[in-house]
Order: sequence, then structure tokens, then C-alpha cells
Amino acid sequence: MGDLLTIDDLSIRHAGRPLVSGVSLSVTAGERLGLIGESGSGKSLTALAAIGLLPEGMTASGSVRLAGREVIGAADRDVVGLRGTAVATIFQEPLTALDPLMRIGDQIAEVARRRARRDGRSLSRAGVAAEVTALMARVALPDPARLSRAYPHEMSGGQRQRAAIAMALACRPRLLIADEPTTALDVTTQAEVLKLLETLVREENMGLLFISHDLPVVGAAVDRVVVLRAGEMVEEGTVAEVFGRPRHPYTIGLVEAARAFDRAIGAAL
Amino acid sequence: MTDAAPALAPPASRRLTPAFLVGAALVGLHVAVGLLTLVWTPYDPAAMTGGRLAPPSLLHWAGTDRLGRDLFTEIMIGARIALAVGSGAVAIAAAIGVTVGLLAAFASRAVDDVLAATLDILIAFPTLLLAMLIVAAGDGANLGTAILAIGIAASAIVARLTRILARRVLAMDYITAARVSGTSWLGIVRIHVLPNIWPTLIVNFALQFGLAVIAEASLSYLGLGAPPPNASWGRLLQEAQATVYTAPFGAIAPGIALVSLVIGLNLFADGLRDVADPTRRRR
Amino acid sequence: MSLVDLAAVSFAYGRGRSVLDGVDLRIEAGRNLGIVGESGSGKTTILRLMLGLARPTAGRIAFRGEPLDPGNRPFMRGFRRAVQAVFQDPYSSLDPRQKVADIIAEPLRSLKVETDVDAAVAGALASVDLPPDTAGRYPHEFSGGQRQRIAIARAIVSRPDLVLADEVVSALDLTTRIRIVDLLKTLSEKTTLVLVSHDIGFVALLCHDLVILEKGRIVEQGPARDILSAPRHPYTRRLLASTPRLADFA
Repeated sequence: MGDLLTIDDLSIRHAGRPLVSGVSLSVTAGERLGLIGESGSGKSLTALAAIGLLPEGMTASGSVRLAGREVIGAADRDVVGLRGTAVATIFQEPLTALDPLMRIGDQIAEVARRRARRDGRSLSRAGVAAEVTALMARVALPDPARLSRAYPHEMSGGQRQRAAIAMALACRPRLLIADEPTTALDVTTQAEVLKLLETLVREENMGLLFISHDLPVVGAAVDRVVVLRAGEMVEEGTVAEVFGRPRHPYTIGLVEAARAFDRAIGAAL
Repeated sequence: MTDAAPALAPPASRRLTPAFLVGAALVGLHVAVGLLTLVWTPYDPAAMTGGRLAPPSLLHWAGTDRLGRDLFTEIMIGARIALAVGSGAVAIAAAIGVTVGLLAAFASRAVDDVLAATLDILIAFPTLLLAMLIVAAGDGANLGTAILAIGIAASAIVARLTRILARRVLAMDYITAARVSGTSWLGIVRIHVLPNIWPTLIVNFALQFGLAVIAEASLSYLGLGAPPPNASWGRLLQEAQATVYTAPFGAIAPGIALVSLVIGLNLFADGLRDVADPTRRRR
Repeated sequence: MSLVDLAAVSFAYGRGRSVLDGVDLRIEAGRNLGIVGESGSGKTTILRLMLGLARPTAGRIAFRGEPLDPGNRPFMRGFRRAVQAVFQDPYSSLDPRQKVADIIAEPLRSLKVETDVDAAVAGALASVDLPPDTAGRYPHEFSGGQRQRIAIARAIVSRPDLVLADEVVSALDLTTRIRIVDLLKTLSEKTTLVLVSHDIGFVALLCHDLVILEKGRIVEQGPARDILSAPRHPYTRRLLASTPRLADFA
């Protein structure tokens, strides 16, 4: 069982300016890795490079191996096959990932059908419907029969993110990349979605690359973390190590900030 | 110090594209020629100065028309007419369109719905037909009615664009912040709405200018534009039609003038789009 | 002394579902108030009502004992000077075509405050720890955290008694967040803050009193210390339990 994702000495440049330099990390099956960084840290670019979707004009060097295949320098048509089979991605704002003019059930069904075609399976109409219902139940969307006929704008933010996760699951990916998936959600919804992600990754034995600037949220989702600052790795280790005994001054600052909010809830003015 | 000047456009890296420069040069040439005709023309436009339907020569660069008048002189004056109609029509379209568009943007839902539907109907109405009706309703065809007709027809498009742009601005938090700061609605229009929608409007005005020039030529071609002695390109084209086989240059020369001005205006508008809105809003 | 009083305030759009239902609350000078709620709780509507941007469908709102009437111009001029606001999105809350100096000076100019505008702008910039040359630049030259500082400078330039802040840190990074918190803490020595947020941790850092809002109703209110140490309402307990804490992992 090899690594699902291995990034080795990844650098990303844009117009001669380095945006990411020398980032190395790997995710294996059943492993949950957090990529911590603030805006401009290069955390989202690293994720985009991992799936071969860097914006135009940016060049990557080093090595990104996704399901054993080199992504950097590969032709787009070779990477397209990996996206949606080896890896699926969910983003901060589910609205941008969902087609506003398509019922949610149909969107999930489309992904399920495509995945079946890639596997050489044929799915009957009833088979697709059953899979959609199962996926919606899997992400704890209430009343799948009714909600599958809803359009994205008719759903709450939490329901939309669950639907986006259901679409990701329909790909049956080995690796799930989640870029700030709970930032746009309410606190109580965030807690539910984090719990859902944790359960899914454990039960499906997927790998998870979880990207966020919010330390406690990352802590709730992963076992190991990598801290990025201005495109460079400053620290890595288990959640307990990095959050409990941060070594780099930047990480110490982040932990201090998070602890201040902790203390506030513990003891108010 | 309450009357602060409206915000200046932020300094920007203004890249002038070749297309913009070509457009500006073409428009500039027409403007220069049009202004020149106010003080000097090669010949008296009404005088018979040569043989009838003479081909281009050193004396008559574009030949002569069927009455022996110098065609180049008439085309030069045509540029003045085209520019006068274009600027007049755009000024009217801007005044009416921006006002109505802003009113619609600020209006209650019901008023806005009525205004928006009215604008859609006006826009669906062919510009030329609308212009013809206005000319017919007025006291016959003259330069003023042509300008008014084309301006009113164009104002519906400007109004609709203004309404959409202004609504987008009004939804921003800085408008709420302005209200909380005690800024009046008029102040909000002056300080926030107009400076933010202006770049897009200016580009649209340049495009409307080109359409107005074509509309004027069409009206004149149909005999609904400025009457003689105003030498409109449309009228020149219409007059040349009968003799197009024997003296093709009578149609070709005003045609070149018309097309070069319209293309110039379109290139100018496209280039303006890049120059006018340099604030790359980061988001 | 109470600055703002809401008595049995309700709000509904048209004949639609009610957004706020019978809200009673009081803002005391010098006691920062946190209004905590999730999407659909009506927290932003409360803020709009308190700013006089909308009128309640039922109930009364008073500022310093006088009814808040958007039609009463002399009253509103004093009210606008005394009550300012900062919004969530630091990108949409600053006009991209205005210089920072003009953005910050807007309340002074619109309310015709007789003062040295340039000096007041410079003072406001200094209060939010931005360099003086910020005044001559445009918003797109600044980061999210710097933009939020500019928005705060605009809110304090008229020396208000009350600043209402709507989710002012939720669009910011963690380290930027904590710096804005420090800034707000310093500012709250001179002005009373009302923080509207879904983030109980952020609100707890700055507020003496809390109001917990769920689906348009106040489910719990009182001193922050009491609510955080002994939440009584199940929703408050769920909110607290859902808030991720670093201490759970280290």
C-alpha cells in the first residue's frame, strides 16, 4: 500500500516570484494530515498543485505523486483521470462547487454515473437512484427523497457542504482534500461537519488532507500537521506535539492566539 | 470642507494597447477634420467647382458629385455632422439614461419593476423606428430632431446599464457604512455610486457614439436626417446610389469615412475599458 | 446609564416569517455587549435596527431615552455621530475609488462635524496603529486586516459613544484576529462596543455581557462570566460544546 499523495520538495513560482518553496509531505490511506497556514502561506496553492490545477502562469517544480503517478509536468488529460477517482476535493464555499441550476440529487447522480463508467460498471437508473440516496444518508442529509429534488439555493450552508461532500464521496476517492471546508459554516454546523469528515475518513480508510488557518478546527480533523508560512514549512509533527510544544516562533504565535480564545471561553471578563 | 471633490480614480498602470491608439488616432483625425471645416474647406461646399461625377483627381481628391460639387469637402463636413449628432445624442442619452437608471436603482421594488419593464420594451423597439416616429412627430427632419431621436433611443440602453451597475454598488457594505456615517442619498450617488460606475459607463458611451453615427447615417439615407446643405454621409451615400455603377467613388468615399469613424470609436471604447478601470479589486 | 434600549422589538419582512420576536435588551455605557447567534438567528437584523437602517415591525428602540426615529433629522445627526459601525467584509466595506483619508473622513463631512478633518483622520489612523501615509493610498493596496483597521478608524473618527461591530474578525486569519481583538480592547476604554458574532470565543474576549440569540429570540442573557461558566439554556450549552478549543488537542 503506497502513499496516496507524496509531495517532495515542491516549489511554485509566479512571474519569477517564489510562492511556495521546498514543501514536502505525504498522506497514506487512513491518515489525516492538516496543512496549517494563513493567507499568503501557499497552503491552497499546494493543494491545487497536488491535483494539477495550478492557475495559469504559475510553474511548479519538484515532485507531486498522486496515486503513484507524477503530476508535475504530466499532460492534463492524464491528470483528469486521477481527479475524481484517486482524489476528490471540497472547498470553503460549497455554492461555487455546485451547479445552481441543477437539482442536488442529479448532481450527485452525475458523479456516481461517471465513476461507474470509469470502473466499467454499468449502473441502471434505479441503481443510480439507490446510490444517491445512500450517499445522501451517508453524509446525514435529512429526508434524502425530498432534498435530492432541491436546488442549491434552497438548502442551508451546512446542507450544501454535506451535498458537496456526498459528491466527493460519489467519486469513491482514496484521498480527500478539504480546503477550509467549515470556514463558511456556523459553529454548531462546523462541529457536525468535522465529525462527519472524521467518521467518513476512518470508515472508508481514505486519506485526508485538511487545509485551514484555524488551529482548533484542524486539531478536530487530523492527527498530524504541517505548518506553512510564506510558502515555507516551518514545523511539522503530531497535533499534540505541535499544539502542545510548538518550537518555531510563528507556530508559538499561532498557538498563543488560539489559547487566548480558549481562555476567554473558560473565564470571561 | 463638506464639499469634498468626488474621489479621483486611483493611480494606475495605464497600459495603452495598440488597438486603443489606432482607435484614438482615427477618432482624433475625424475630430480634427470636423473642427477644421468650421474655418476652412477646400471648396465652397455648395459651389459647382468641376465637372459632374468627375473621378478622383489632384484637384478633387474624392471626385465630384452629380452637381459638380467637391465630394471631399462634403465628406469633411459630414464628419462634423456625424460628430455633432454623436456627441449630442450621447449627451442626451447620458443625461436621461443615467438619471432614470439611478432612480430605478434607488426606487422601491414596484417602481423599479415598472421602470425596468418600460426600458425593456423601449430597447426591444428598433432604434431607427423610434427615431423615425420622433422625427415624424416633430416639425420635420432637421439636425436637432435627429440628435433628439437617436439620443432618446440610446437613453434606454444607458438607463438599463446604469440601473444594473448602480444596484451592484448599492449592495456593497460601504454604502451601508455611508448611511451609518450620515451621508444623504444624493451624497451616496455623488461620492460612491457615480465614481464606481463611471468607468463602465464611459466605455458604453463610446460604443453608443459609434451606434449614433450609424443611426444618423441611416436616418439621412432615408431622408429623415439633416436636410441639405448639411452634407451627411448617409445623404451622400443615398445620392451616390443612382450612379454607383458609373461613378462608384461617390459611394466608396463616404463609406470609408463612416466605417473608419465607427471602427475608430469601437477600438477606442475597447481600449478605454482597460484604461478606465485600473482598480484591480482584490477579492 | 443606558445608551440603547430595545423593548419588545419584533421584525418581519412584509407578511413573511418573523426574523426577530419580542427582543428586550439594554446597552449600558461602559459595558461591552456580545450578541451571539448563528445564521438565521436575527443577529444582523438587530444590528440594522439599532443603527436605524430599518424600523421594527413592533416594539420600541430608544437611544439615551429618546425614541430612535430615522425621520427625526436633528436627532439622527447626533445619533449618527454617537453610534457607528464596522462590518464583516473588509473588502466590500471600503469604497475602492476613495482614498483612505476620504473614507475615514466621511462621517465628519456628512455630519458636518466642525473639526480639523485632516488632524482627526491622522488621529484615527494612529489609534488603529496604521502609519500616517496610509491616508493618501487606496484600499486595494492593503491586506484584509489592514482594511479592517481602516474601517475601524472610520467608525471612531467621530468619537462615538457606541460602536457596533458585525462579525468583524470572521474574515481574518487567526493572528490578525488576535491583533484586532487587542485593538478593540484598547478602543473600548473610550467607547462602548456591541459585538455581533457567531464566535462565542471572540465575543467572550471583549464583552462584559452576553445575549444568546436563537431563531429570532433571546434564549439567555446576562454577565458573560455567568453564562460561560454555567450556561442554562440547552442551545447555549450546545454552542459552547461545538466551539473547538485548542486545549482539547494539546
